Amino acid sequence: MEELALHILELLENALVAGAHHILITMVEDEERDQVTIEVQDDGRGMGPEALQKVLDPFYTTRATRKVGLGLPLLQATAAQCEGNVTLESRTGQGTRVSATMKLSHPDLPPLGDMGATIATALSREEPVELVYYHRREHKEFKFSSTWLQFHLGEVPLNCGPVLDWVQRYINKGLAELYGGEGK
Amino acid sequence: MIKSLEELQKIKEAWLEAISLREAGQKAKIVVAMGTCGIAAGAREVMSAILDELAKRRLTNVAVTQMGCIGLCAQEPLVDVILPGKPRVTYGKVDANKARQIVGRHVVNGTVISEWVVNRGGE
Repeated sequence: MEELALHILELLENALVAGAHHILITMVEDEERDQVTIEVQDDGRGMGPEALQKVLDPFYTTRATRKVGLGLPLLQATAAQCEGNVTLESRTGQGTRVSATMKLSHPDLPPLGDMGATIATALSREEPVELVYYHRREHKEFKFSSTWLQFHLGEVPLNCGPVLDWVQRYINKGLAELYGGEGK
Repeated sequence: MIKSLEELQKIKEAWLEAISLREAGQKAKIVVAMGTCGIAAGAREVMSAILDELAKRRLTNVAVTQMGCIGLCAQEPLVDVILPGKPRVTYGKVDANKARQIVGRHVVNGTVISEWVVNRGGE
């Protein structure tokens, strides 16, 4: 995957397929420790110890349409390439937490990419999901909450094109400010 | 920030106006496949283009949703269009440009773009 945001989308899709109602995305860029941490936590159906041992195997999947899974192994490959690793915690019926760390200054570290499109894509669904995205870079932080957005929208559904387009622009603008730019 | 919320308010007003004009339950739907295969093939960029196009055309009465891998990985990115009372149409190998045309020609004008269709009437 060419972007960290695409790996994050993979994790979000996994959470949604697991029936999550709440998803928390945390991303911390720590220059002092030269580390970036990406964490996706959900309250979906989770996995037992057996499945948990197999999810990093590219040929493990629960779906019937295709014989390879690939999502998590791709993230693990990226993390390994950037002197980092992936840790998984999960319990049946309670949810899953995937945490990936990578070396921030590593030349192979993919760019963050289009986080706005990633979040908007995850929210493009009929069954509402409460999603929080928290991003900290040094001493600056950005936070987006779908509950906050829904509060402002009232009865308007999130999966309406102009709303999700607003989401992608809002997030990318917020992140641009985090990176010191003026926003797109 | 404040400007962003003003914009959101305008979208809300447009949606309320649209809902007062349309009959209940009559809603077009666009579905983008978001499995690993779809994402790797560029489904997120396709989704992003669809959202941008819907926003530019101020189309608030179209539901945007997603589906997982349906086994047509070689045809990804896949986009389905479901118009009220019409069979489901699946487009394959969609890119951002095709996605915008699908919104304009199919969703808005009701014309199926046959050369990009990989399946019809699927569930």
